[in-house]
Amino acid sequence: MTAELAISVRGLTKIFDGRKVVDDFDMEVPKGAIYGFLGPNGSGKTTTIRMMCGLLTPDAGAGHCLGFDILSEQNSIKENVGYMTQRFSLYADLTIRENLDFIARMYRLNSRKSRVSEALVNLGLADRANQLAGTLSGGWKQRLALAACMIHKPALLLLDEPTAGVDPKARRDFWDEIRKLSAQGVTVLVSTHYMDEAVQCDFIAYIAYGKKLIAGPASDIPGMIGLHTWRVTGPALADLELALRKDPDVGQVARFGAVLHLSGTDKAKLLALATRYNAEGVYTWVHKEAELEEAFIYLMTGVEDNFVSTKS
Amino acid sequence: MRWRFSPARLFAVLSKEFVQMRRDKITFVMMIGVPIMQLLIFGYAINSDPRHLPTLVEMADEGPVTRAILSGMQSSTYFDFQGIVTSPEAGDKALRDGSANFVVVVPPNFERDILRGLSPEILLSADASDPTAVGGGAAAMASIINTAVTQTLTGPLSYAAGTPPPISVVIHRQYNPEGNTSINIVPGLLGVILSLTMVMITAVAIVRETEKGTMEALIATPVRPLEVMLGKILPYVLVGYVQTIVFLIASQVLFGVPFIGSRLAFFVGFNLYIVVNLALGFLISTVARSQMQAMQISFFTLLPTILLSGFMFPFAAMPGWAQAIGSAIPATHFLRLVRKVMLKGADITDILGDLTNISLIMLVIVAVALKRYRQTLD
Ligand SMILES: Nc1ncnc2c1ncn2[C@@H]1O[C@H](COP(=O)(O)OP(=O)(O)OP(=O)(O)O)[C@@H](O)[C@H]1O
Ligand SMILES: [Mg+2]
Repeated sequence: MTAELAISVRGLTKIFDGRKVVDDFDMEVPKGAIYGFLGPNGSGKTTTIRMMCGLLTPDAGAGHCLGFDILSEQNSIKENVGYMTQRFSLYADLTIRENLDFIARMYRLNSRKSRVSEALVNLGLADRANQLAGTLSGGWKQRLALAACMIHKPALLLLDEPTAGVDPKARRDFWDEIRKLSAQGVTVLVSTHYMDEAVQCDFIAYIAYGKKLIAGPASDIPGMIGLHTWRVTGPALADLELALRKDPDVGQVARFGAVLHLSGTDKAKLLALATRYNAEGVYTWVHKEAELEEAFIYLMTGVEDNFVSTKS
Repeated sequence: MRWRFSPARLFAVLSKEFVQMRRDKITFVMMIGVPIMQLLIFGYAINSDPRHLPTLVEMADEGPVTRAILSGMQSSTYFDFQGIVTSPEAGDKALRDGSANFVVVVPPNFERDILRGLSPEILLSADASDPTAVGGGAAAMASIINTAVTQTLTGPLSYAAGTPPPISVVIHRQYNPEGNTSINIVPGLLGVILSLTMVMITAVAIVRETEKGTMEALIATPVRPLEVMLGKILPYVLVGYVQTIVFLIASQVLFGVPFIGSRLAFFVGFNLYIVVNLALGFLISTVARSQMQAMQISFFTLLPTILLSGFMFPFAAMPGWAQAIGSAIPATHFLRLVRKVMLKGADITDILGDLTNISLIMLVIVAVALKRYRQTLD
């Protein structure tokens, strides 16, 4: 079974200062998949990734990463995994080339010089190789960090918000690159806050307050939640939006330009509402398949409620 | 196995560290500049030959010999007469409150007793809490009196100038009976300077990686803890060498401190001392969360190094508990070692005990540091 799984962890738990930051977390990432890891700020994504690549010791739980035990074979994991940290973690006072070269030396790569030069060319930084890394713009730093964690051609990439602060064009290039790698059999676990990136993933796990809420193939997620969505068009949408937000039958209202998307799990109530509005004739309500976007917005709102109820 | 210790990786960490050191100009200048500065600043305190020190006289007698002695003292330029005291209490008070470094006491019937061949005592009370200050004057006393005697006891009085010596000098060192000399302090200063810079620089250099987030990426690679530890520490060993060479040259040229012992003994001892301080810096880096904390903890360790190592106060005169703490400080043993080697001409066999003590302290520090330094972020 582990043969097809790049990552398989069970019951991962991490406690910081008496607080369960990651709580009984399971995850299975098939080889060659692009696995999206989503969740609000502070939900435990970074902590989970660190435990999977041997940088943090879990307080409970076990598992394998590329077939190596995450508790006892961290060294083998490190040899074969490329981990891109959320925070820029290359040396600001070394040049771009020196940074790549240093990382390459850590992996003791053969033909290091050519690998570094190749990475520089791919990155489009060949002519700026001698610039200090600290003087790069935020987006370029991210791209450099990505190049650095891929320099040893790892079988598994753990990317912690790799595209934060990267412009749309570069993000598209980045995702093209990810898909290319995935086609070559590289497994990618990527955490992100961007919907448009989440929809590009084959699988998705959503974590909140350290607990996994949902996980599965991206296309199954809306169905797993049991979400029903209506698409509403018409005049003065803002007023309608305000009114609907107060309506307890409507789970969630999201505005997409000149369109409102209403979603909820109680299909009957929403249907009644739609029929009523359609009868009035001012707004047009059309039932549509719930998509990932709605699913995420729904998940996040749900999490907030959940948090409020646990707090009080 | 692939993940065993790799010299190539160690070398990579080393050269990275050197590049960073070179680019960080301020720290680089500080590393060389601070020891020189300290030496120069302490140089005033350890000036082995200070002159014109305020001196008082308590005169119970007066005469040609007394006058010759006093004028000889004045012209030696060690002493600068500021006035007369009329009682021993007044003299003591002046020494205590620092208004005088010396009090010369001429006893009653001094002149008469010289002529009678009774060898009367002239007393030089010195404030030896600053031993370096009074050392020169005290040492010059004998020859000043000799000169005075040969000048005044001439002609019919020359019979009194022979043996037994017509006057005996009693030097009374107050407040610091052990009377550390200036030369004693210079080797100690080396211990303090090395300790300060080595501990602090290492701790800060390592904590900087954690603070800037680079440690996370570094330990996500297959690099081994020992490679990181050595790679970060060794460049600063070199810095320690440079500091020591600068220091030795400066102390020789500026303060004429001798070096009469075995160079090999010194070399072995100071290498060991550098390593133990680097290890301590490494240990601090595993505790400190920020560069600021690393700096503060380093300074905290500096206090006992200065106060309890025998640098500031004579070790033997400290209370038992202070000696116990002092014995656990590497600088204590290094101070003894360096004084033995530089000033007393010791060779390697004479310092084996000190080397053993430093090694023991180092073993403990390294063991704790390696235990605390984990290849994780916990
Ligand atoms: N070393 C640590 N010590 C104490 N608490 C920590 C530590 N690291 C993380 N935490 C806490 O654990 C929780 C989860 O943090 P984590 O960084 O895993 O979240 P995240 O999902 O990556 O968030 P973000 O989307 O903002 O990156 C946070 O509340 C954080 O404060
Ligand atoms: Mg994070």
